[in-house]
Amino acid sequence: MILSLLNQRTLFAFASFLTALPGGKVAQEGQHVSEGGNNWMIEDLADSHTLEIQPFGPIHLPTLPPIQVLGITVDLSPTKYLIFLWIAALIVTLGLILLARRKQDDLIPRGWKNVIDVFIVFIRDEVIIPTIGHEGIKFLPFLLTLFFFILTSNLLGLIPDAITPTGNINVTAGLALISFLVIQGSGIAKHGLIGYFRGLVPPGIPFFVIPIMVAVEFIGLFTKPFALTVRLFANMTAGHIVIFSLIGLIFLFKTVAVAPISIGFALFIYFMEIMIAFIQAYIFTILTALFIGLAVHQEH
Amino acid sequence: MSPFAFAHLAAGLGAALAVIGGAFGIGKLAAATMEASGRQPEVAGDVRTSMIISAALIEGVTLFAEVICIILAIK
Repeated sequence: MILSLLNQRTLFAFASFLTALPGGKVAQEGQHVSEGGNNWMIEDLADSHTLEIQPFGPIHLPTLPPIQVLGITVDLSPTKYLIFLWIAALIVTLGLILLARRKQDDLIPRGWKNVIDVFIVFIRDEVIIPTIGHEGIKFLPFLLTLFFFILTSNLLGLIPDAITPTGNINVTAGLALISFLVIQGSGIAKHGLIGYFRGLVPPGIPFFVIPIMVAVEFIGLFTKPFALTVRLFANMTAGHIVIFSLIGLIFLFKTVAVAPISIGFALFIYFMEIMIAFIQAYIFTILTALFIGLAVHQEH
Repeated sequence: MSPFAFAHLAAGLGAALAVIGGAFGIGKLAAATMEASGRQPEVAGDVRTSMIISAALIEGVTLFAEVICIILAIK
């Protein structure tokens, strides 16, 4: 528990750099410097309390008074990323539950169920069996939830006016924190608390190397979820920044002649983003499965 | 030049160097994977899975460097 808190705090301290950008502060105060200002890109990427749905103009989300939890001031007011996080969660939950509840009187799945079945069988046979083995089937619901949630969040940002929830480092940090707890929990459940931490150091190594090995392995426990966090966040943000920059070239050069080139490139990046959305969801899932496998099979 | 200019220069150079390193690593990895699947097409699936995992780990290290550069640039 202490480990997870430590991890969470380091991640969040690190995460604060994006939300502490000047663009975010400007957006929070409700002023708009988009015209002429060069931080409109940051303003769009940083979190704020204003939803910009284009035909309706800015929607100001309600702000709740900050509350005190264990001596830490927590601001629980909804932000634009949170709204789209809820939308993603709603889509995944409702969509998958409704699909699962559909009548199963015929053996051959039809329609959307076919698509979902492909993913489920893929996660089971190509992700879990090679990394954890047959005992890893019990992690199938968790990994499927992770996969579908990340996939939906990634794809949500490709809809105009929508925001990628996974483009916020706090969201990916939260997801990685859940993975971290499951990874450590699975290892501890398999080997016991003492056996798990003893198993971190491989047997038969010289005595003087043990302290170094313990330190390296212990840091390794935390770099894994950190890498998961940064990878997903950076991949999601980078694609949006590239599309922004390409579209921004038109306004930078102040001519329509650039438009065909930049729109063409932006479209190309957009299609690549669709691919990246799937690949990153897959990578997050397979790496979580791999780390669970490493925690469960310590003899390797 | 002011210290801020040096910091921005360092951030840009650091980002570029990190990308060179990551691209070199992933390029070697892809080349080896292609060769392996060309020689033994029956293990192409396994090799591809290992490649994606290794590429993700290399990418992770590169992204650490990029994040450090971003922090350097915006502070």
